[in-house]
Amino acid sequence: MASIDIRNVRKNFGIVSVLHGVDLAIKNGEFVVLVGPSGCGKSTLLRMIAGLEEVTEGEIRIDGVRVNERAPKDRDIAMVFQSYALYPHMNVAENMSYGLRIRKAAREKITAAVSNAARKLELQPLLARRPKALSGGQRQRVAMGRAIVRQPKAFLFDEPLSNLDARLREQMRAEIKKLHRDLGATSIYVTHDQIEAMTLADRIVAMHEGVVQQVGSPLELYDRPANLFVAGFIGSPAMNFLSARYEVTGSTAGARLPDGTLIALSSAYQLEEGAAVTLGIRPEHVEMSPASESSLRATVDLIEPTGFGIILHLGLHSLPFNVFTLDRAALTAGPTVTVAFPPQHLHLFDGTGKRALESGLQKRKS
Amino acid sequence: MNRYSIFGTALHRLAILCYVVFALFPLFWLLKVSVTPNDLLYSEGVRMWPSRMSFEHFRFVLAHSAFPVFFRNSMIVAGATAVIVTLLASLSGYALSRFTFRGKYWLVALMLLTQMFPLVMLVAPIFKMLSPLGLTNSLTGLVVVYTAFNIPFATFLMQSFFDGIPKELEEAAKIDGATQFMAFRQIVLPLTLPGIAATLGFVFTAAWSELLFALMLISGNSAATFPVGLLTFVSKFSVDFGQMMAAGVLALIPACLFFLFIQRYLVQGLTAGAVKG
Repeated sequence: MASIDIRNVRKNFGIVSVLHGVDLAIKNGEFVVLVGPSGCGKSTLLRMIAGLEEVTEGEIRIDGVRVNERAPKDRDIAMVFQSYALYPHMNVAENMSYGLRIRKAAREKITAAVSNAARKLELQPLLARRPKALSGGQRQRVAMGRAIVRQPKAFLFDEPLSNLDARLREQMRAEIKKLHRDLGATSIYVTHDQIEAMTLADRIVAMHEGVVQQVGSPLELYDRPANLFVAGFIGSPAMNFLSARYEVTGSTAGARLPDGTLIALSSAYQLEEGAAVTLGIRPEHVEMSPASESSLRATVDLIEPTGFGIILHLGLHSLPFNVFTLDRAALTAGPTVTVAFPPQHLHLFDGTGKRALESGLQKRKS
Repeated sequence: MNRYSIFGTALHRLAILCYVVFALFPLFWLLKVSVTPNDLLYSEGVRMWPSRMSFEHFRFVLAHSAFPVFFRNSMIVAGATAVIVTLLASLSGYALSRFTFRGKYWLVALMLLTQMFPLVMLVAPIFKMLSPLGLTNSLTGLVVVYTAFNIPFATFLMQSFFDGIPKELEEAAKIDGATQFMAFRQIVLPLTLPGIAATLGFVFTAAWSELLFALMLISGNSAATFPVGLLTFVSKFSVDFGQMMAAGVLALIPACLFFLFIQRYLVQGLTAGAVKG
């Protein structure tokens, strides 16, 4: 096990720059998830840590030792690929033991390590099979088995669950989490699926266009997204955004929507009066309320029952807007509903898309 | 199965049958003439099978002609060419498939260019080059020439096979602790066996049946290969068809054996590109 330090790492492919200076310190035993849409550079970063891509600029240290110039084989890491990358001409046992065999480990040690990993991953009955005779989930297990037999310093996962169907993905997700709990190994996990990120990570690194947008625990990213990108990317269904202008009337701060409605905010912000802002609220935080002074009238465009809850697609003065509710009465809602935005759940982003800073002056409770 | 598809299948099979008959008929004729005794060859007219069979041509060819020498020469030349070309082509094909390096584009263009000349144009210059080196009238010279002419195509062939093997396999091997060369030898090469078999087969038959250079570079029987040797059955006043055909049948045997041997890999190889993954 090891710590991994990434210092101002940049990557160019020819004249195209895909990583613009990434800094990240991963602690020993930590489970870090790199998340972002495709093309954000997360896989490239992972491959650079593995040694499969050269580092254009900056430094990567594993356990305090600079590894920029080291071949992958000398970094003592293991990687699980999206395509599993099992060796088709070897059976499961041979696949798992390949790393130990080329490192000339003792035969007894290899047998013990393989059977140990096979037991952990419930692969014992499959050891003599070739990869083509395995199902997707089993192949995924073998790929993980191959990674754990060597007891490497760190595990790298490159979208390992993307090729599985939804049910299997959930199951494997839990297994990966359990495995991490049991082994306690430093792990870096790349995914574009924010649910995987939320459920697995000790810390999430949200990336976009080669830049780290926010680093923090899953709940930090959910509760206090640093910018519009993170706010929109984390959480499902995605956060609603409304453009507005920041206003202060007396001691009350608010956001004025284009149609003139004033939405009350829970505190004042370090913003100029009249500044263009984006107001964000998660669908699950919008309250369906009887009409009152602070409520807004919205038209119902579409009702999507998910079984667990209901997603309402609303139009707020023709702006699309989603609400998630557990209240089944919403199934028969329409043609208009009234909704309210609880101030404590509102997120305010400034004109550049960054989270607006609160000025510290709490609004007096009235 | 509905009526249309039965009809379609039947038609399809019939078309294949026609093609097979068309393609194999010359071989059948070869066999037929080779077992026809000389006295019946011109007297019986056109018959599908002679009224009397004899193996006298085979006996003569094996015992009294230089055919065993031709045969040995051809085996040496075709075998050596096939092995050398496949070895070099798998290395160069791998490099073209996996690495980017300076001048790669021009190298590929150059290799394509070598395939554009009619070989006849090159006979004289090659003779001129090989002659002072003492490589005319020698099997080594033939191997060198055949190797040179087959490598570009074999390289492209091997490259396409390497392209079909996912890069992640090598990356996984490298992370598991292999060097680039170990990953090539232990992971990629075993998976490329169909491609290697196909290349071996292609080069072997090309070298086995090559006539032009063998004819131009070799004089005398001692270093003649089998296609050149066949011409010795043509004399000034007559053609010894029976013996010539018997020699032809014998020459088919190694090629058939060779393909029988690699067939298992070849079938995999030919279908490898059909389904992705």
